[in-house]
Amino acid sequence: MALVIETKNITKSYPTGAGDLPVLHGVDFSLAEGEFTAIMGPSGSGKSTFMNILGCLDRPTSGVYRLLGEEVESLSPDQLANRRLHYIGFVFQGFNLLPRADLIENVALPLLYARLPVAERRKRALASLEQVGLGPWAKHRPSQVSGGQQQRAAIARALVCQPSLILADEPTGNLDTQTSNEIMALFSHLNDEGITLVLVTHEPDVASYAKRLTRFRDGLLVEDGPVLDRRRP
Amino acid sequence: MLGALTLEACRAMIANRLRTFLTMLGMVIGVGAVVLMLAVGEGTRVTIRKQVETLGTNIFMVLAGFQQSAGVRTGSGSRHTLTVADGKALLELDGVIRVSPIVNNNIQLVAGGQNWNCMVMGVNEMYLPLRDWTTSSGREMDALDIQSAARNVWLGQSTAKELFGSVDPVGQSIRLGRVPFTVAGVLASKGQSLDGRDQDDTAIVPISASQRYLVGSQFRGSIRMIMVQAENAQVMTQLQDELRRVLRERHHLTTDAQEDDFFINNMSALMETAENMARSMTLLLGAIASVSLCVGGIGIMNIMLVSVTERTREIGIRLSIGARQRDILTQFMLEAVLVSLTGGVLGLLTGSLGASLVSYFLKTSVHVTPFSLILSFTVSAGIGLFFGFYPAYKAAMQDPIEALRFQ
Repeated sequence: MALVIETKNITKSYPTGAGDLPVLHGVDFSLAEGEFTAIMGPSGSGKSTFMNILGCLDRPTSGVYRLLGEEVESLSPDQLANRRLHYIGFVFQGFNLLPRADLIENVALPLLYARLPVAERRKRALASLEQVGLGPWAKHRPSQVSGGQQQRAAIARALVCQPSLILADEPTGNLDTQTSNEIMALFSHLNDEGITLVLVTHEPDVASYAKRLTRFRDGLLVEDGPVLDRRRP
Repeated sequence: MLGALTLEACRAMIANRLRTFLTMLGMVIGVGAVVLMLAVGEGTRVTIRKQVETLGTNIFMVLAGFQQSAGVRTGSGSRHTLTVADGKALLELDGVIRVSPIVNNNIQLVAGGQNWNCMVMGVNEMYLPLRDWTTSSGREMDALDIQSAARNVWLGQSTAKELFGSVDPVGQSIRLGRVPFTVAGVLASKGQSLDGRDQDDTAIVPISASQRYLVGSQFRGSIRMIMVQAENAQVMTQLQDELRRVLRERHHLTTDAQEDDFFINNMSALMETAENMARSMTLLLGAIASVSLCVGGIGIMNIMLVSVTERTREIGIRLSIGARQRDILTQFMLEAVLVSLTGGVLGLLTGSLGASLVSYFLKTSVHVTPFSLILSFTVSAGIGLFFGFYPAYKAAMQDPIEALRFQ
């Protein structure tokens, strides 16, 4: 299986008034196509920083990050935007939908930046919404649907450009248990269809849907292995 | 892409209706003021231009000198130093195409049951073409009228109306003072002169008839002024010196110590000056109005900065799903330009409407030129681009992680 993600000795530190604050102390990590890993760890362990680097939103201070075999350090801001657009789909804790646009417009937004014609945008956005079971709600605004539905729409938006990787940062953090399970079931289902997933979460219950567990502590990767009692929907 | 972004920009504008309206209002007032001021200025210039044209082109006015007795200096023309012969001499000069001597005085005109007092000018047959003036009925003055000192009179439009009403006066007899004349023609309407006089409230007669029957001059043959028309504008300056030389020679003013006993005014230059002043006034008014346009632009910048801050999270979302910095830049620039352009178009309408109101209520001439419309349209688009750039740039330069964390 080809590697989607490969990091070598990645460090990240933030400049502060009292000198540089190191957050990651050299992380080696790789993820093959079709994998589904849950990143866990306490607050301040560096897992969010690591996610941001994986998502091409941030750059490592040192070390090498290869996304689909390509070194990210050498890319310009526009090229990074292009990678976020075509290779990576984000799902956030707060859904992050545009409140003034209806669901289909939200889902179609990345396609706008991909410069697709309007008819194609609508067609693909609708297909993506149907994939997450939201076809009938296409014309609703985010405020008119439930939290679970909003997160489904966000997942549809992440899927719409057919990315190689989906990064989900606490996707169930704002949802009740039952809805969380539904969302995780959707992720499992997507993974079964071949989509590579990285999930950041606090909750062991949620993490147990993944195939692999990666644990961070104090800026280091301390545990990385298969999930033994994997939960299946 | 642009279509979809325009739609989003409109949506953002509608979502903040009041704010958008107030921002736009700044542009409406700015552009409206510029359009109105330019229209007023241009109207003044056009009015002056028209009046300049009623005078005739490339005209010199030679006035008789003043009288000085016991240290009291009377006004120009008080001493009749010019003669008809001077006029004939001036006509001989190269570059001079027409010359008309002029004597004038106020005379009571009596015709039928009506009488009217107006300025009666004695001129020669070159006067009307020199002033670019024609008759609306009857015939024009000719050389024979001058030679024979014919008692014919040509009435201005206003005078004809005062004396004859709607009846065509041509062929009617009329008394100028006590002397009977015949109306030979009616002059075409000339309108107001630059100093606001009604140029149609006049009558002209052959100068020979005027001198023989009407003017009780102490020196027969002396006249108050001579109008000289040059063949083109280029020779005017040089010709002025020539006129002076010839007149000094004819008046036996041989030494430098002797002052000119006449004045030469280059009327075209005077009118040019007046028109230039009107043009400067237009510029000045436009410049003052541009200040409000500038203030409108600053308003747009201000509100765009607020909007960028408010929508930081939205910017983060867009960046995270693959928008490039220039996509964000385009989006916010588009919004600024849309606000300023809409404001600009509304301003054009307001300004044009204001111009019609000014011309209706103040009875002044205003003139909205296509140039001022194109100018204010372009300028309002330019203001949107200029004042929209910094906020849009700020938006595009947001750090996506920070922006996503923004509440």
